Amino acid sequence: MQPTIERLALNRRRRTRRHRTAVLTLLILVGLLFGLTLSVGQSIVAPVDVLRILIGEPVAGASFTVGQLRLPRAGLAVLSGLCFGLGGAAFQIMLRNPLASPDIIGITSGAGAAAVFAIVVLQMSGPMVSLLAVGAGLGVAMLVYGLSFRNGVGGTRLILVGIGVSAMLQSVIATILSTAPSWSLQEAMRWLTGSVNGAQSQQALPLLLALGVFGGVLLSRARDLDALRLGDDTASALGVRVAQTRMVVIVCAVGMIAVATAVTGPIAFVAFLSGPIAARIVRANGSLLLPAALVGAILVLAGDYLGQVLLPSRYPVGVITGALGAPYLLFLIVRVNRTGGSL
Amino acid sequence: MTDHTLVATGLSAGYDGKEILQGLDLAIPSGRITVVVGANACGKSTFLRTLSRLLAPTKGHVLLDGASIHRMPARQLARTLGLLPQAPIAPEGITVVDLVSRGRHPHKSLFSRWTRGDDEAVDGALAATKTFDLAERPVDELSGGQRQRVWIAMALAQETDILLLDEPTTFLDINHQIDVLDLLTDLNRERGTTIVMVLHDLNLAARYADALVAMAGGRIHAFGTPEEVLTEDMVRKVFGLESRVISDPLSRRPMMLPIGRHKMAGNEAA
Repeated sequence: MQPTIERLALNRRRRTRRHRTAVLTLLILVGLLFGLTLSVGQSIVAPVDVLRILIGEPVAGASFTVGQLRLPRAGLAVLSGLCFGLGGAAFQIMLRNPLASPDIIGITSGAGAAAVFAIVVLQMSGPMVSLLAVGAGLGVAMLVYGLSFRNGVGGTRLILVGIGVSAMLQSVIATILSTAPSWSLQEAMRWLTGSVNGAQSQQALPLLLALGVFGGVLLSRARDLDALRLGDDTASALGVRVAQTRMVVIVCAVGMIAVATAVTGPIAFVAFLSGPIAARIVRANGSLLLPAALVGAILVLAGDYLGQVLLPSRYPVGVITGALGAPYLLFLIVRVNRTGGSL
Repeated sequence: MTDHTLVATGLSAGYDGKEILQGLDLAIPSGRITVVVGANACGKSTFLRTLSRLLAPTKGHVLLDGASIHRMPARQLARTLGLLPQAPIAPEGITVVDLVSRGRHPHKSLFSRWTRGDDEAVDGALAATKTFDLAERPVDELSGGQRQRVWIAMALAQETDILLLDEPTTFLDINHQIDVLDLLTDLNRERGTTIVMVLHDLNLAARYADALVAMAGGRIHAFGTPEEVLTEDMVRKVFGLESRVISDPLSRRPMMLPIGRHKMAGNEAA
């Protein structure tokens, strides 16, 4: 028996190592893109100068660009990307369906609609907007869950109900924007597709809080969440408290998604794309949550960079991620229709 | 292997306010194979689901070693009592060894690392179910029989003293059905695992069971050895079927031959 058990242990260690390598590679990619956003834009700032600015030294002609414009932008991109990626993957894993992402089933639109309403109609700002967005996100999650409940929640029914609710909420956003006086196109774009334009450093605070609290709890429940992929009955037989785990995951994932949406708007398809991309990268070697969060950050950073620097005219990040996500959505709908596949 | 008592007392349970189990009492024999049979919708699956805490009873209790399983910490229960549901879901692309390793879940807490003992449990489960050579294959590429062995391996890796199985032989070819039932018998003999399972086939149930439970209308109709339970009278009352019960020449267990309206010798030309 010894040699076979050694083989098992060896393979398991190899899988753990692969998972670690994947996470590390993604982390390095996030760092590289972050650095790129800081140093190469309309003007180029040498990496040495970027580092000096980061530790607080003044650099003539670059301090403002890097410290006040690029740093908040890149920081917001990373933090919101982490939130969207982690929250999205948690939903997809929990509901065993890549289409069950918060931006498809209306949670993002719910948070977005609440944020627009709070800002435009109620003239609110700051943490109150985030709170309202979280509340609305949870409300929409419960509504979609309730509407699709019939002898348990069926995956396809939940997604169809979610798409419907999402479409209604999108039109609420459009209506509020169109009736708002003197509303700039750029601000409108933020609420329609999401953007990190005009980022300010204090906007990072709610995102950091959401990541620390909701993200921390989610990661600590990664094992239970992963067991849910085997179906509720098997998970329960393995000692997972299914209903409680699901509730915790919904609250945490919605919390993160809603806070991020209240800050950057609904950056299109990041929550939807991160999990499946991470799944291709880590395969069956370990938990998807952390890799998905990092993929989210990479998508937002890269999308924003592409839209700001590389393309001939400027686009908000949501337009870029939206263009990436739409074909994948079509592909998934066709494939899920055929096989009923899971993440 | 420690002895456990698993007892249902006055157990009622159901779905959407409709009671399917109606005050059922049963003490599961420890270290034995108990097989539950009955017509469709008699409540045998519901019984198994309530026995394993997937379903909360509306009345009565399930007591494991004297304590109600519905008030026990989930993880603690899962270290003693395992369950293989009727239609388990394998995530796309998951490998056999990964799936079997999931059986260790109740033995792990948030910060505990994978140990030598976990490897040994997984190794033992793969060896017992003869799935070691499949270890690195994706589960969705396996045949039905292989897949069922893998699911049983996962339940084995959980190392529970009691194992409940809901129709483990459904959808399998007859050779694989025998395979699975032999495997479970090995498990019972070698590890002393208490096994409770729902089976559809009366004759296989009588052959493999130490104790047979016949259910009807959400109650226990008969409970005892296969000889005591599988009778022409029971088949008539539980299944509404006339039959002849003879002794199986291979196992010396009772064997039921159904009596239909056609194809009976002497009744019409075969």
